[in-house]
Amino acid sequence: MVLLVQYTILFACILMLVALGGCFSEHSGVINLGLEGIMVMGAMGGALMMRYLPDGTSAFVVVAATILAALLIGMLYSALLAVAAIHFKADQTLVGTAMNILGTAAATVIVKSINTINNPDDHSSIVQYIEEKKAFIVNIGGFEFNWLMLLAVFVLVVSFVVLYKTKFGLRLMACGEHPQAADSVGINVYKMRWAGVLISGALGGLGGIMYITAGVSEWKFEYGVAGFGFLSLAVMIFGKWKPQNIALAALLFGFFRALSNVYAGFDFLVELNIPGGLYNMLPYIVSLVVLAFTSKRSSAPKAEGIPYDKGAR
Amino acid sequence: MGQSYAIEMLGITKRFPGIIANDNISLQLKKGEIHALLGENGAGKSTLMSVLFGLYQPEEGIIKKDGKEVKINNPNDANELGIGMVHQHFKLVECFSVLDNIILGVEPNKYGFLKKNEARVKVMELSEKYGLHIDPDAMIEDITVGMQQRTEILKMLYRDNEILIFDEPTAVLTPQEIRELMQIMKNLAAEGKSILFISHKLAEIMEVADRCTVIRKGKYIGTVETAHTTMSELSAMMVGRDVNFHVEKKESKPGEVLLSVEGMTVASKAHKNNAVKNVSLKVRAGEIVCIAGIDGNGQTEFVHGLTGLEPLVSGKIELCGKDITHSSIRQRSVMGLSHIPEDRHKHGLVLDYTLEENLVLQRYFEPEFTNKAGFLRFKNIRENAERLIEQYDVRSGQGPVTVARSMSGGNQQKAIIAREIDKHPEVLVAVQPTRGLDVGAIEYIHKQLVAQRDAGKAVLLVSLELDEVMDVPDRILVMYEGEIVGEFDPKTTTQEELGLYMAGAKKAEVTVS
Repeated sequence: MVLLVQYTILFACILMLVALGGCFSEHSGVINLGLEGIMVMGAMGGALMMRYLPDGTSAFVVVAATILAALLIGMLYSALLAVAAIHFKADQTLVGTAMNILGTAAATVIVKSINTINNPDDHSSIVQYIEEKKAFIVNIGGFEFNWLMLLAVFVLVVSFVVLYKTKFGLRLMACGEHPQAADSVGINVYKMRWAGVLISGALGGLGGIMYITAGVSEWKFEYGVAGFGFLSLAVMIFGKWKPQNIALAALLFGFFRALSNVYAGFDFLVELNIPGGLYNMLPYIVSLVVLAFTSKRSSAPKAEGIPYDKGAR
Repeated sequence: MGQSYAIEMLGITKRFPGIIANDNISLQLKKGEIHALLGENGAGKSTLMSVLFGLYQPEEGIIKKDGKEVKINNPNDANELGIGMVHQHFKLVECFSVLDNIILGVEPNKYGFLKKNEARVKVMELSEKYGLHIDPDAMIEDITVGMQQRTEILKMLYRDNEILIFDEPTAVLTPQEIRELMQIMKNLAAEGKSILFISHKLAEIMEVADRCTVIRKGKYIGTVETAHTTMSELSAMMVGRDVNFHVEKKESKPGEVLLSVEGMTVASKAHKNNAVKNVSLKVRAGEIVCIAGIDGNGQTEFVHGLTGLEPLVSGKIELCGKDITHSSIRQRSVMGLSHIPEDRHKHGLVLDYTLEENLVLQRYFEPEFTNKAGFLRFKNIRENAERLIEQYDVRSGQGPVTVARSMSGGNQQKAIIAREIDKHPEVLVAVQPTRGLDVGAIEYIHKQLVAQRDAGKAVLLVSLELDEVMDVPDRILVMYEGEIVGEFDPKTTTQEELGLYMAGAKKAEVTVS
């Protein structure tokens, strides 16, 4: 039972972080379908940081440095989307899709070549971080508390405040709803969109490192992040682009995802004799069903996906 | 006496590829006056205002504020000089509150955190002072167009703008709201604000403006005091010739019935009741029949049913004696039904296509424009466009290859009319064909309708403008709540009588003749 709660919270936090990232990007007017790829790149950044930190580094430094690496690599990678979507007015769906393909592929190639350089017989794309991972975790009576959980909640609160209580948030959302209106009152739409995309990159990278440290101590980058970026988009849509709703939606999806990890621990579930694969499918099926019924896109930012052109009437 | 001008634009020239939008235009706005800028669609009013607002840089000419020359490079510069603008299409974020829209861009804040209470106090003070009656917490999407406009006005006032530009502010308002707006503008001027009022509606200019500058085809024509001029003088200045407010037409000679509608019922999208209830009418060759009524009484749905945009619940439509009740839109078009739609952006044009493409939208599949292999004959399409542009005087920046979106409303409408009339229809359905157009364009369109009638076509006009209803048709049918409630002869009826029927106060049994 504790395990179910632990994994639910863990997965919910990951989904929420990434969905909040998507939320910032879309509120600025850029659809970020590349979250999956951003997660992978962020995860790679964090994983390599953990691997190359010298032994005996204090736990705090390990956590801080890993998070920072994931954030930065995620942001850097998301700049691809920003340049293509904001300056070259590229189709955002295509750019996002390309970023997803590139993300997993690039991470695999990078990690593989690093592995092969270190050991010519090692052709795997695996990074291990058994010791470093422990820095993230505090065991509280069987419940493995992860510092990233606290960070996720902090990000949730900050996101809400930034979007609804600050000048920046008001301007950001104006750019996603009616960029011409924003421009007419002297707001630099391009700048705000850059900000939105970079924030989504940072949060996506954070979600990525949290995902690969959840439960395992090594990661094979060929796996990517198993569709978590897309699940996060589902969470964002189900959460109607609002942080507080996104948090609740993330809990729901996180629960189903957690179930697939721990269903073996529940006798009555095991007795049902349902193939384990079905539990693995659950979050994805749920997202399909939920979105089919709720995704009237009425609450989506109106100008999202449309490149802003100063000259157009 | 030394005049003090709030803004002077002197000798402004602005060229675009292929067109001189502003040719040596001067405009002087006195402090505290309401100054109208009058001109036809495409005369260069918007360009001139965009120059003043910093959206365009003029090639020649200078702008002076309070007698000192200034440079306006972008809207921010204009804002700092105290110049504010209510755009024709409002620049409001729909899902924001009124208050958020007002403060957007100049948010009062402490360390980046919004201080909305401070803003609210100032907004409410301004709202009270000028009688704007706004609710700061209402969402833009929930309030009326008039309220949205007042939000735009408050945006300018909140920024302490002294020079207020109104770009065709009355086009989107109801008569009631127009009266309120006029009052607000007078209040603003009385408080010392200088107002530039862009319009092509002469009556409004005569009522509210102190002076009026007229431009025509990009050239400065003159500035007059409205107290010392007349509407016909202004319209002659604007169009360059005397405009006939009355439609000249001969007695109609109705022939055979070309369009016959029997018991048409169309469902409503907005509510459960039918929008059109059992409507029957006939239109004959050589006559113009007008469906009059207040907006939203089923005219739109009736036309949609007639043209095939919406299915009928019941009823029968005959075009030239052939049943077209279940025909597709293209079949109807090919059989001789032309449609000048109410919403020219939604149903009239593909805005991102070029003018030449838009001009063959219903005919591209004909052998003239498509060869046997299925490829388009671009040469013929181009020639077709050039001929229509010439014949119907459609003005645009780059001729046939102009993107429809970039054309002015009047020229977009001319393009539609050219296309619809040129395919030689038997029945022409024109829905509010003159909405938002200036007197010159209106006169032109009315002439075209009468010419079609005289050529032996049947014309069905749907109009909300009483002047048009009285002037153009040979017969008037009044529609109220989806039913035809009266038939009138424009020569014997009055606007007052029509008004009673349009408001539902009177009702007559109408037999289809």
